[in-house]
Amino acid sequence: MHELSVAQALVEQVEDLASQHGATGVYLIRVRIGPLAGIEPELLAVAFPLAAAGTRAEQARLDLVMAPVRVRCQTCSAEGEAQPNNLVCGACGDWRTRIVSGDEMILETVELDIPEPIVS
Amino acid sequence: MCDTCGCNVTPGNAKFAYQPVVPGSTAVSVLQGLLKKNDDQAAHNRAHFDRRGILAINLMSAPGSGKTALLEATIAALKGQFKIAVIEGDLETENDAERIRAQGVAAHQIVTGSACHLDAHMIHDALHHMDLADLDLLFIENVGNLVCPASFDLGQHLNIVLLSVTEGDDKPAKYPVMFRGADAVLLTKTDLLAVLDDFDPDKAERHIRNLANPAPILRLSARKGEGMMAWLVWLQGQLIEQRKRVEAGATQRPASQPEGARLHTETA
Repeated sequence: MHELSVAQALVEQVEDLASQHGATGVYLIRVRIGPLAGIEPELLAVAFPLAAAGTRAEQARLDLVMAPVRVRCQTCSAEGEAQPNNLVCGACGDWRTRIVSGDEMILETVELDIPEPIVS
Repeated sequence: MCDTCGCNVTPGNAKFAYQPVVPGSTAVSVLQGLLKKNDDQAAHNRAHFDRRGILAINLMSAPGSGKTALLEATIAALKGQFKIAVIEGDLETENDAERIRAQGVAAHQIVTGSACHLDAHMIHDALHHMDLADLDLLFIENVGNLVCPASFDLGQHLNIVLLSVTEGDDKPAKYPVMFRGADAVLLTKTDLLAVLDDFDPDKAERHIRNLANPAPILRLSARKGEGMMAWLVWLQGQLIEQRKRVEAGATQRPASQPEGARLHTETA
């Protein structure tokens, strides 16, 4: 499944961030996923250790935060929760809504182990 | 994901941007799309297409919904008017590319092995094997799969999703990620509706609207030529739109999240 591709992309991104900040390790990777991102969180969690093996992210805890599906109605402007396969407005029933949350797949935060610079 | 920085921040999730720091570690707030590398490559592909005035279309569906048959009929109708090329994605075989070449247009086959989708890097590699000079239309026939291809931007301008009447009319409800991202949905093999009484095109349409997708829904049979005219007219309209955009120095991303950039700007 494509979750392995996503896990590899995630580890690559985290490695880049670790390099940019001179980090030696990664404690935590927090990812926010919406049901409409097309990613199965459980499969991503299974794929992650395979992708992270041998990298600075190897010991990192992967924290997957699920985003709710929320829509804003373009007709009545109401905002509310919706189902992934039913995005109609809960207030007025119109289908012309826009997703406010629920289709994201975002690397939110990484917590890095950055050694103190040695002062001589 | 938005055009400005590759991230996906909306008013709905912006409050999650900053998290407390665990003692002894340094938290870095990133807020980048997980597929940033793919998205960057996709943007690069799209810039390639725009520079050459090409309209790039990603065809997605379940296996056997008639993507290649649609392309054969479309090419046969339009090849005198436009220069067309096709990138084919399959796990194995050159069969589809050969079917396209038999129509007299260039086709490049990407054999993915076991990969369930195309990504922007595969498309970029394929582009280097193709002659893009004077090309008007590039079709990318994705791997037959209603799940994985939906998550990968290839650099296309439009997503076309096919649903054949031999499948269930509730497929849009079962695969919302795919059908929500369609710029047009084609109900294919409609000549079989006469003998299949369990597919209700109106029901399929309602399921698509329930995904808040305003995309046109066209009913056609590529084999019998039914409904092809509306599809060809729509396609030529899109080509005119693309030429206007190119002239204006603008571009278009496929339907999945047209609001991303605007919402992000409002947040910032």
